[in-house]
Amino acid sequence: MSDAYQMTVSLDFPTNRMSGWSAFNTWLRKALDPRIDLKLYREFDEQRRAIIADEVDIIYASPFDASRLVREKGFVPVVRPAGKRYECIVAVPHGDPSRVIEDLQPGCRVVSTDHPDVNMIGMIMLEPADLDLGNVHMVHVDGYPQLAEALLRGDADVGLFLEEVFDELAEPVRALLRPLAQSRINDISHVFLLGPRLRERCEDARRLLLGMADEPDGVDALTELGFTAWETMGQEDTELMIDLMDALKA
Amino acid sequence: MLHDMNPVDVPMPYREATLNLYGLGTRKVLVSDHEVPYPDGRLIVSTTDTRGVITHCNSSFVEMSGYTREELIGAEHSILRHPDMPAAAFEELWNDLRADRIWRGYVKNLRKDGACYWVYATVIQNVRYGEVVGYSSVRRKPSRRKVEEAARRYEQLLAEEKARCPTPIR
Repeated sequence: MSDAYQMTVSLDFPTNRMSGWSAFNTWLRKALDPRIDLKLYREFDEQRRAIIADEVDIIYASPFDASRLVREKGFVPVVRPAGKRYECIVAVPHGDPSRVIEDLQPGCRVVSTDHPDVNMIGMIMLEPADLDLGNVHMVHVDGYPQLAEALLRGDADVGLFLEEVFDELAEPVRALLRPLAQSRINDISHVFLLGPRLRERCEDARRLLLGMADEPDGVDALTELGFTAWETMGQEDTELMIDLMDALKA
Repeated sequence: MLHDMNPVDVPMPYREATLNLYGLGTRKVLVSDHEVPYPDGRLIVSTTDTRGVITHCNSSFVEMSGYTREELIGAEHSILRHPDMPAAAFEELWNDLRADRIWRGYVKNLRKDGACYWVYATVIQNVRYGEVVGYSSVRRKPSRRKVEEAARRYEQLLAEEKARCPTPIR
């Protein structure tokens, strides 16, 4: 097994934050361990295979992945971004006549990425219109810019976004879209997890990350991620989130 | 122990009903015909201990129930029990949970102000170190068609239950 520790990031982060994760990795190498290497995957499946093969030691995980990592892989929750929760948006082109979810009709074209959490929550948000995978046409795209384009070109009627990403779309693009519904779950978030090889370092990591907002280099790195600070994510908070995700998946 | 509902909290015309709650005895509830629409995108989340006492609830739960968080934490989950819900629905819920199965169903809940709201609920066990320590429930917005189907089914079930026993335990 390599001496290096692999850090990776859930692929649903806004693409304009890629350099921010690189800066965060530099900060973490200095603060916690110089052997931490950042690896960003291009596809969810590729990242998931790496997780299954125990190649990942540190991860900023989506709620969906956190379930597997904590319950099946022995990862330990350390922190989550302060005040940021995992919420989704169902959006339509601005000129679309739909005003509420119930205005959407069976047969409509739903465009999504391969992000499982967003797709699951987004499809739940379509349920009040009696829509499900059996009576809509799913259109899959590689990323959120393509998702917005598909809506604006008229290739799809409704799109499923991670709210954090929707908010960071270029203003002219966002102005051409209209949220039809926004989730307000409050109890789920991304989680920063350490794997079994770093179990002994969890308290150090938590202390360092919670103190990040108090030192200039840390503030710069946080700003590049779009965060103001980290907050503690305890084992029971995480277990509760996982139970919630399990209930949603059921 | 749940207190009877207070007429001061119920601003609209109401009818009285007495619920016979499992393990808790009777509770007088005040019920109006008003239905509060379930807001788009919300998920109502709560956890209880194994006896059904609320240990956690999110802001959507607080808002939709009409109670304060302080009134909810420590109260039995049946504080939301609506007299239009048949005992059979909750019997099925507990049977499923005790058999390690997930329960899903449509539920008409009673608010503090006597109005109601419909949810599609999923309830799962919370297992820690191999032991069931409580239950989590996630409620989401149901379609109107599903609510109407459930309302018809529950009305029939409730009529059958009342024919057997005027105050079914639920």
